[in-house]
Amino acid sequence: MSGAERGPVLVWVDVVGTEPTRGALQAIDAARRLAAAAGTHVHGVAAGEDAQVAARYLPTVHRIDALPDGHDARVRAWHASLDGTGATMFVVAGTRTALAVAPRVAVRAGGAYLEEAVTLTVEDGQVVAERLTQLQRVTERLVAEATSAVVTVKVGAFAEAEPAEELGSVEVLDVVADERDRRVTVRPHEGGSGAAVALEEADVVVAGGRGLGSAEAFDTLVIPLAERLGGAVGATRAVVDAEWRPYGEQIGQTGKTVAPTVYLALGISGAVQHMSGMNRSRWIVAINADADAPIFQQCDVGVINDVHAVVPELMKALEER
Amino acid sequence: MKIVTVIRRVPDAEARVRVEGDDVVLTGAAWVLDGMDEYGVEEALRLRESGIDAEIVALAVGPDATEEALRTALAMGADRARLLTTDAAPDPLTTARMLAAAIQEEEADLVLVGGKQADWDSAALGPALAETLGWPVADWTTSLAVDGDTLQCVHDADVGNEALAMPLPAVVTTQQGLNDPRYPTLPNIMKAKRKELRAEPAPDASASVRTVSRTVEQRERRRTLIEGDPREGAHAIVSLLREAGA
Ligand SMILES: Cc1cc2nc3c(=O)[nH]c(=O)nc-3n(C[C@H](O)[C@H](O)[C@H](O)COP(=O)(O)OP(=O)(O)OC[C@H]3O[C@@H](n4cnc5c(N)ncnc54)[C@H](O)[C@@H]3O)c2cc1C
Ligand SMILES: Nc1ncnc2c1ncn2[C@@H]1O[C@H](COP(=O)(O)O)[C@@H](O)[C@H]1O
Repeated sequence: MSGAERGPVLVWVDVVGTEPTRGALQAIDAARRLAAAAGTHVHGVAAGEDAQVAARYLPTVHRIDALPDGHDARVRAWHASLDGTGATMFVVAGTRTALAVAPRVAVRAGGAYLEEAVTLTVEDGQVVAERLTQLQRVTERLVAEATSAVVTVKVGAFAEAEPAEELGSVEVLDVVADERDRRVTVRPHEGGSGAAVALEEADVVVAGGRGLGSAEAFDTLVIPLAERLGGAVGATRAVVDAEWRPYGEQIGQTGKTVAPTVYLALGISGAVQHMSGMNRSRWIVAINADADAPIFQQCDVGVINDVHAVVPELMKALEER
Repeated sequence: MKIVTVIRRVPDAEARVRVEGDDVVLTGAAWVLDGMDEYGVEEALRLRESGIDAEIVALAVGPDATEEALRTALAMGADRARLLTTDAAPDPLTTARMLAAAIQEEEADLVLVGGKQADWDSAALGPALAETLGWPVADWTTSLAVDGDTLQCVHDADVGNEALAMPLPAVVTTQQGLNDPRYPTLPNIMKAKRKELRAEPAPDASASVRTVSRTVEQRERRRTLIEGDPREGAHAIVSLLREAGA
């Protein structure tokens, strides 16, 4: 299929405050690459006022107003944006919400779904993506054999897009929600984590494992170090099971996936299930007392020592710099 | 009510991964019921134990050997099992289509699906199944209750969590924290051998995604290891942080 028949590449842009989220910036970068390979251009899609922010990055932004809460309305909106613009390619950052909404859009559009792509291109008119499977240990190359392709982009796999030189135009895209989009009622629930920096968005993650020895060691070592580096706090499942830290901080197969610039693992053995949640970090630093800990096979800098001895030295060295 | 719990057979994480040609080879893999699916089976059992009159059916798409994982679900307490056999490795959307026909035939009220499949590293099956059925879905669910025709649940959103209410029939995807799956007891493992397990060929469904190649992901790391004086280790970390601009 040629670029013209394929229409523009659409990218969904989530905004926090006055900037796209890091995930959205990465999705814009992915969409630009895909559009270049397909010989077409990128249009943004955003909710309400977010469209103005998206227009700093994209020449055309389709603005969708009055979206009800919940996933059903998002499925409706994303599907409508494909329908209403003649686009056949839709790209969005692989947030939890997107991972639940995007496959439904693909089903509704009768299209292909490419989940958590780490690379994206077009070959012989078909969208081709690479993604990771088997606990992030195997790279699969997938071809979308359908007219339309819905793509979620893996956190940290693409660069963050720069703003465009010119401000784009914003066009309203009418989306009419129906009864089915209101069948699920959504209320905020108590007990959300009050983290200073969202784990998936953080540039630095300081994660602690059972080797810290106690919940208190998080307060005295992990949290101060994370604060000093402007990063977020993460944990292993062992630590969450022991109730030292909340589940929202768990990294790994059954927790969150992160790919910060620097991942510091303190007292973490490096089990496959943990590594699958962080092995795409740019740099991995490990502090572990056991020279045989598997994490030392997969780190850039490894300090074989007691965390209780190393972290205070690290804090001191950071003060000096 | 009827509860269908969708399960998958996956290699356990300790298996070593290799790729030969384009196929993943898992040396010494033990194949198990996916941990995420155990939460689904457990939750179905708990709903019944809370006083809801329910039949619990374990359902899977996969090769013949998937029977073993289905037997585990039966040993945990599911009433009967169905296997839609195929040696092809259908992607999540195709698998959803295969499952949907069987679920409609069962006239299920509630379908529980693992939140993320360990072999695919995918969270698509549950949402794709719900959409194929035209049902509402709760994803990343940490607690649920059935109240007449309404499902109440709490699920994790991108930030914090939300309470959802939706009409049945519905699909729920599980995650860690939903419950603590029970281990099958020996008498229950024996009993499970006599429970109904019906295998039939999976319906034809053409896939929209084709895998063209596989490689083992190997990222080269520096592996600078520092033993001895903790100060030296600290300085090596600071240099890396500086280099990284963090
Ligand atoms: C289905 C399934 C899903 C799972 N999902 C996840 C997941 O999402 N995330 C996850 O993290 N795990 C997960 N796990 C669990 C995983 O297998 C490991 O058990 C877990 O990651 C271990 O956590 P840990 O490294 O904190 O603890 P341990 O493995 O006990 O390691 C502690 C480390 O600390 C070191 N240490 C001890 N004392 C000190 C000291 N004073 N100074 C420095 N180092 C010290 C030790 O040498 C050791 O290497 C899962 C398991 C299963 C079966
Ligand atoms: N089948 C399983 N599914 C999910 N988690 C498990 C399973 N078996 C063990 N775990 C977890 O893995 C960690 C190590 O387990 P164990 O070695 O059994 O103590 C603990 O956090 C357990 O909760």
